[in-house]
Amino acid sequence: MGFLTSWFRSAKPLLKLHSGSFSMDRTGRILACTLPSSFPVDLVEAIGASVTLTFAEARAAHLPLDELVINYPVLKITAREMRGGAMVFLSTQNLSESTHNP
Amino acid sequence: MEHRHKVLLVDDDPDLLEVYRETIAALPSQPEIETASSGARALAMLEKDNYRLIVSDLKMPRMDGLQLLSVVRRKYPELRTVVLTSVVDEQFRSRVYALGVDLYWHKPGSEQEMTQFLECMESLLGREYEGGFRGVQSKSLVDLVQLECISQSSALLRITNGPLTGRIWINTGEVVDAEVEELRGEDAFRKILRWKAGNFEFLPAEPHRPRTIFKSYNALLLETAQAIDEQNNHNTDILGEAPGNNGASGLTALVQTDGVEFALKMVAETKVDSRGLENPEKLATWTHQAINRFRTLGDSLQAGALEQITGIGLQRNVAVASKGGTNLCVGWKNNLDAAEIRERMKKIITLWAS
Repeated sequence: MGFLTSWFRSAKPLLKLHSGSFSMDRTGRILACTLPSSFPVDLVEAIGASVTLTFAEARAAHLPLDELVINYPVLKITAREMRGGAMVFLSTQNLSESTHNP
Repeated sequence: MEHRHKVLLVDDDPDLLEVYRETIAALPSQPEIETASSGARALAMLEKDNYRLIVSDLKMPRMDGLQLLSVVRRKYPELRTVVLTSVVDEQFRSRVYALGVDLYWHKPGSEQEMTQFLECMESLLGREYEGGFRGVQSKSLVDLVQLECISQSSALLRITNGPLTGRIWINTGEVVDAEVEELRGEDAFRKILRWKAGNFEFLPAEPHRPRTIFKSYNALLLETAQAIDEQNNHNTDILGEAPGNNGASGLTALVQTDGVEFALKMVAETKVDSRGLENPEKLATWTHQAINRFRTLGDSLQAGALEQITGIGLQRNVAVASKGGTNLCVGWKNNLDAAEIRERMKKIITLWAS
């Protein structure tokens, strides 16, 4: 019973942020990625889609951009426009690292 | 007990919830304790009732503690937040604090740790009743300076407001000098005292500081208080809402800032004001969409609140930020790089928030 209780209560692993990069083509396909495989693919795709859409909307607003930098307290996303796709760099900021995993 | 604070405990382990319910209920302030076994349940309870403090685990099924607390920080900024977890990875401690959580605590493993934890809980619960000066959130700078002067003290008061640092020198109860950025004397004093938020600290007095302010502290504070009142009445801060002109003076001042080519402000998606732009509508739409998109992405990544978006182009550079329901897009000269724009934009946002 205790086994079942703990199985049903099993918590998902916490999302860990990593530094790394990936490139996405204009169709939204991930071409190359240096982020660890533990980092969810749907989040990589969401980041890529967000930056490529923002580049496209900027062009439509007569504001062509080559680079976007998005700052969060613990993460910096730098994206370079690449013919409708993007090269994206993730850089963790102000994060203490330890050898333990949750 | 005249007033009992309500505390919400969130953990997927019912045994732990029960232990902490009993332990925290026994605090001297005798808070009312309620429990939730999931993040979704906790959010539903927060909708219905007013709580003083939420204590949440990090690892929980479906909605984890980081997701819960990022929602809580945005929807209930007044609510005190504590993480109580067995997660020992330091990255999560940093991220929890980046979300604006008040306290990150490993689940106590000894009686001594439990005692310390309970002391911290009591302190968080009782914070609003405590006297003393914790910062400009609880006492205005005018109050602080006045008290120092009345008590004939000597001190150097250092106030930080984001990237800005101001200093006020007080010698034997008189304000003798002030300094912020390029300003000194009375101008600096007035500018510092307009700040509505920040941190301050008292440093040792500098009795030989050359005097640049010769007015009595009473006259100085009176003039400053009047100026602040006028500012509040007319909302002439950098992007404030002035009736009839939609913050026009603030935006005009902003586009005169070194390196700025244009400025656009949106209170809602439709209420747009700009300087230096012929057709601001498209840029306003882009700003609105970009902020919403990257805010949502930040929630998914649990990376904290969106601070700034900087765009670098051949023709124009832009920086976008949002504060207190207002979106701001500033066009910068294209000889500035992203790092320079970010620093300059931080100052503008700090002034804006002030």
